Amino acid sequence: MRRLSKCIVFLLFMGLASAGQAQFSNPASAPLSASTVPQDQLIQAAELVKLLRASGADRPVVFQVGSFVMFQQAHIPNSGFAGPTSQPSGLILLKKLAAPLKKDQPIVIYCGCCPWGRCPNIGPAYKQLRDLGFTNVKALYLANNFGDDWVGKGYPVERGE
Amino acid sequence: MRPLMVLLTCGMMAIACEGSGQSSPDLVHKMAPQFVRADLNGRRVGLKQYRGKVVLLNFWATWCASCQVELPRFNAWQKNYGADGLQVLTISMDDGDAPVRRTVRRLRLDVPVIMGDARLGEAYGGVLGLPVTFLIGRDGVVVAKLKGETDLESLETRMKELLKR
Repeated sequence: MRRLSKCIVFLLFMGLASAGQAQFSNPASAPLSASTVPQDQLIQAAELVKLLRASGADRPVVFQVGSFVMFQQAHIPNSGFAGPTSQPSGLILLKKLAAPLKKDQPIVIYCGCCPWGRCPNIGPAYKQLRDLGFTNVKALYLANNFGDDWVGKGYPVERGE
Repeated sequence: MRPLMVLLTCGMMAIACEGSGQSSPDLVHKMAPQFVRADLNGRRVGLKQYRGKVVLLNFWATWCASCQVELPRFNAWQKNYGADGLQVLTISMDDGDAPVRRTVRRLRLDVPVIMGDARLGEAYGGVLGLPVTFLIGRDGVVVAKLKGETDLESLETRMKELLKR
């Protein structure tokens, strides 16, 4: 009986905690969390830098799926602006830019507007590309934001449009 | 029961620490970059006009969850501490003003809301993750830069200390 009550207390706590987080994360609407991207579909910054130096089929097409104001300040060289995918306009843009690509084309999406678990753009972008049939989509894992986890670490950037 | 308490405590700590504000040295102890922009009501807002006040300058966006938590508090601080010399200025880094206007209405914000851009972001050291909050002293010097969701209690304490000077 004591074990059962412990379980109930624990489950109650976890339920309250996740409800609190959900409320915290979804102020206006409820975009898919970046946490919905499977772990094995994440790519780390150092790994992406290596891939960007590659040529041919290994080199991924990279899309920034966050805001344009952030893209203008700094973005990964040769990445295309395709956001913000938390909004319908961003999803339309991503769909348009991805349309000419082969379904097995390596694609990397990134945002870095917010801490990973709070990013409203990565989840919808990943889902959209998968729903469109793209089979080789990875999401760049940026734990805190693009400034700290990419620019601040000295990885290559371009500015402007 | 002890393992359960440990588990509960760890869980609570993990939630409390997630996304907590990080202090960053950029621009700290330097003059805050000047700007003049129109706010959402079309009124010209320049940082210079608030010299002599303590300015809390907050970069935010409608898609930033942490920002939605902070903004109502900052708005309340303006009401509570405005007479003591506080001025809250908020800069939205959204790409367009329509969602910003909706959020301002929803959160009932009275503080000036300015539409930011890449140039303004770069002037403030690159706003490449939100929220970012600057605390600027009465002399126009940046006292603190806080990245990520801020510990509002300690920021309020710090702000109150500045208001006494």
